[in-house]
Amino acid sequence: MSDAMRVGRRSFAKRAVGPGAAVWRMDGVLLAAVVALSVIGTLLVWSSTRTWSSAEPTGLAKKHVLNLCIGLALYSVVAVSDYRWLRTYAPVLYGVAILGLLLVITPMGSTINGHHSWIMLGGGFAVQPAELAKPALVVMMARLLARPAEGKDRPRPVDILLCLAVSGVAAILVMMQPDLGTTMVLMAITAGVIVFAGIRKRWVLAGLVLAALAAAAVWSLGLMKPYQVARFTALIDPSSDPRGVGYNSTQALVAIGSGEVFGKGLFHGGQTTGRFVPEQHTDFIFTVAGEELGFVGTVTVVALLGVVLLRGVRIARMCEDRFAALVAGGIVAWMAFQTLVNVGMTIGIMPITGVPLPFVSYGGTATFANMIAVGALQAIHLRRPFAS
Amino acid sequence: MTRLRARLLLLQVMVIAMIVVLVVRLWQVQVVQGAKFVTVATETRTREVRVPALRGMILDATGRPLVRNRSTLVVSVDRSRFERMPDGGDAVLRRLSAVLKIPVDKLKQKIRACGPGVTRPCWPGSPYTPVPVADRVSNRAALQILERQEDFPGVTAELQAVREYPNGRDAAQVLGYLQPVTQSELEKREGLKASYSGVDLVGRDGLEEVYDSALRGSPGLRRVQVDRMGKVVAVQQQTTPAPGEILVTSIDARVQAVVEKSLAQAMAEAPQSDGAAAVVLDVKTGRVVAMASRPTYDPKVWTGGITEKEYQRLLSEKSGKPLISRALKGEYAPGSTFKISSASAMIADGEPLHGTYQCPSSYNVGGRAFGNAGGMALGSISLHEALVKSCDTVFYRAGYEEWLRDGGNTPKTKTKEPMANMARAYGFGQPTGIDLPGDSPGRIPDRTWKRNLWNSTKDSMCRRAKTGYPELKDEARAAFSKRLAHENCLEGFLFHAYEAANFSIGQGDVLVTPLQLARAYAALVGDGNVRSPRVGWALVKPDGTLVKEIPVPIVSHLPVSDETRDYIRKALSEVPSDGTAAGAFRGFPMNVVKIGGKTGTAEVWGKGDTSWFASFAPADKPRLVTVVMVSQGGFGAESAAPAVRRIWEGIYGIGKSENSKPVKPALPDGHPADRLPVIRQDGTVQ
Repeated sequence: MSDAMRVGRRSFAKRAVGPGAAVWRMDGVLLAAVVALSVIGTLLVWSSTRTWSSAEPTGLAKKHVLNLCIGLALYSVVAVSDYRWLRTYAPVLYGVAILGLLLVITPMGSTINGHHSWIMLGGGFAVQPAELAKPALVVMMARLLARPAEGKDRPRPVDILLCLAVSGVAAILVMMQPDLGTTMVLMAITAGVIVFAGIRKRWVLAGLVLAALAAAAVWSLGLMKPYQVARFTALIDPSSDPRGVGYNSTQALVAIGSGEVFGKGLFHGGQTTGRFVPEQHTDFIFTVAGEELGFVGTVTVVALLGVVLLRGVRIARMCEDRFAALVAGGIVAWMAFQTLVNVGMTIGIMPITGVPLPFVSYGGTATFANMIAVGALQAIHLRRPFAS
Repeated sequence: MTRLRARLLLLQVMVIAMIVVLVVRLWQVQVVQGAKFVTVATETRTREVRVPALRGMILDATGRPLVRNRSTLVVSVDRSRFERMPDGGDAVLRRLSAVLKIPVDKLKQKIRACGPGVTRPCWPGSPYTPVPVADRVSNRAALQILERQEDFPGVTAELQAVREYPNGRDAAQVLGYLQPVTQSELEKREGLKASYSGVDLVGRDGLEEVYDSALRGSPGLRRVQVDRMGKVVAVQQQTTPAPGEILVTSIDARVQAVVEKSLAQAMAEAPQSDGAAAVVLDVKTGRVVAMASRPTYDPKVWTGGITEKEYQRLLSEKSGKPLISRALKGEYAPGSTFKISSASAMIADGEPLHGTYQCPSSYNVGGRAFGNAGGMALGSISLHEALVKSCDTVFYRAGYEEWLRDGGNTPKTKTKEPMANMARAYGFGQPTGIDLPGDSPGRIPDRTWKRNLWNSTKDSMCRRAKTGYPELKDEARAAFSKRLAHENCLEGFLFHAYEAANFSIGQGDVLVTPLQLARAYAALVGDGNVRSPRVGWALVKPDGTLVKEIPVPIVSHLPVSDETRDYIRKALSEVPSDGTAAGAFRGFPMNVVKIGGKTGTAEVWGKGDTSWFASFAPADKPRLVTVVMVSQGGFGAESAAPAVRRIWEGIYGIGKSENSKPVKPALPDGHPADRLPVIRQDGTVQ
């Protein structure tokens, strides 16, 4: 505690790079994995967008690098800051995110690729509030559940209900865009943080049953849009409609499978060049890794993501602060869910949903959100008690 | 905090499990099934576009076209180029619309791909081939497009070929026709299957069928890499089409025209006639100079797709089945033209060449009197005169005696049958092997044939002998048929005396095709070799280099001495001047060119006589053989001989045309072309 106070009095430069500065005590493995994923991501974005226009042979790669730079700046700021600021300003962050989501559904929102998820800022820049809602929800819920009930190791029921309300508002707003993928991510975060906070096992079980019932109800009552139903049908049998919904699933499998063990080489993927897989610089970027870098490449990406996730779990488990542990756990739940859904849908074990692959997919707001999240992990890592 | 840590441990386990699941599944997809997906990827990514080759022409012996390609200027639009333009090719289409004078909307409709909800006009073909938007474009418009390619990127004006027949109906059955390729034919051509579309044409019948592979050339192949939208990303492989080879035939277009005209006149003059055929052979080479069949049709009907109604008409009895060439598929009794074979057989069997033969008005064959036409009786004559005057009784006697020597109705174990064997030596009773599809074998009825026929029919005959023909209304006919069945059942295997006699004069069951008869005469008056006639002479590349000359195979050599052949030829040389064809050739300038030949009148049960004239010229050193057959044309001298006379007149330029100018001979000096026409590098003919 006093250590942090002392740091606060030093000049910014000394704080940043001086002896014993945060930079040197950061989780190097975590940072290295994130940087490696970002480099791979940049190359894949380059490869998948280089044929878009002959005027721009690097495609969106330059813009992606710019996004990464901004992301790294955000990362640094968050990493060297005291994470308790997050706790203090959690309601503000959450409020801003909800405001953004509300703006999207007003006429200020814009539609790109069929998703009404954007707010245009002018000058070719746009933000996706739904991406920012993810870290905002994590800190908001962690704040609510950080203080356990009197003499117990569990959160108070009223806090849990508050949590559900907080996440419900965000989820509903995202669902209205409609963005099924992000809604699912928000629900995963909610479930993760509540379970980590120490809810009783019977409630976990009850929740699972409830979720199953809700899914069954949504399915049978026709609450989902036909294309959303079709995505699940296509998961079970992609050949049921190979030209329609199954197309994405089939083409993704073909692209990844044809990479075989060592891939066709970066920039040499015929399926990528022919753009047989849609959205291959964002949601389906993993197929580019699969085709051009092969099994070796995909395992590397999955392993690097695994490193990030496991370092996140390690940070969460090592800290003494409930709030910090819940933030770290929530971030890991968020990233793990996105990894599973994103990679899983390209290899035919998950339905097709618009979820980006963390640190690899192209997308400004998502990159910023991810970097902020890693920054938060580093901040927590830096401020763990030295004694332990 | 302990519970929280425990639950985070659970998270750790789940993360590890997830990584394991993903890696295992990736192993499955990329390593285990990788090869399968490589194949699928290649299939989805590459397209093969076939560039058709120009089909080769068919020329006559002097290089005149019999079948050529009419070029029609077609303007096509390459959709893949348009898709890469910022405005989707709108500006180009507007310019194109102005040049072609077709509204932009119409052009747009033509190039859009057909699909669910998109009905014609639209493009039903491959999205990777240029879409034709206008055909029969004027030269001016085409030039505008080709010269200003910067204004018309992705637009081409090119010549597309359709078959054209500059000589109209001439030699229609010889040339054959083209039809869309069928599924089974496609399956035979593996590898290209996917790239062949339903509009590909393949040669059917005639020269187009036999020389299809040479005429077709080889299509070019463009293997392109495409993207998801079908846009061509790269060309992986490109082979330019090799145009088809030119088929030079030995047909002479002018002789063919003379022959066609003469046959048309013969048909017109014999109102009962239901078909006719003519064959002109080069005696020296055995090549076909002209070949015609009536009724005929205009091969133009095939171009651009025949209608079902027209096709059914061509196949119908009513139209006389004009697709069938009577020259090589029609089987008819040859009548007296067959006597060259019988006379050869007599000499080969030991009868004297210079002996004396009796020509009574009738001859008794096994208790039945066989008479000469018109009761002609010439007394003691030479074989020469027997041929000139066509005395049947001389041949009846010879045929009957040969039959007796073979044992008559109780044949020896080893029969000689000189006449049947000689007929086969002349090439009768077997297909000629000409380079045209479906030539008929004809029929040489000998003792073996009779027995085989009986074996296959005796069961039904014997049943009919008992039951009769109750279904026949005409009682007399039913009774006759029953008696016939009874006779056939008991002794149908017997080769009767009357059959031997009929055989000797080309009657009864003897059937030949006009082509068989022509080659038999060519062998007789030529070098004694029986050849398998050829219409195709040579295959030449479009740049004029010779691919190969098509040889004329020699099938056999006549077992007849040169002296005998000479004797028979000299006898036949008298026929048009002093013999049975004298009337038909009255006034023919034999001093200019002497014609030899033999008339034939074959009786056909229930129909009119088949009229034949087999002829050669010049009689002393024959270069050409001409055979004309007119079905139901009456006596040989009545319709076939005049038809042949007209052909010779046309070939040698005899007589005066309507405006009393001298007729230009179809063949100068009556010599068929003996050297291949020279085709220049640019494809024109010297």
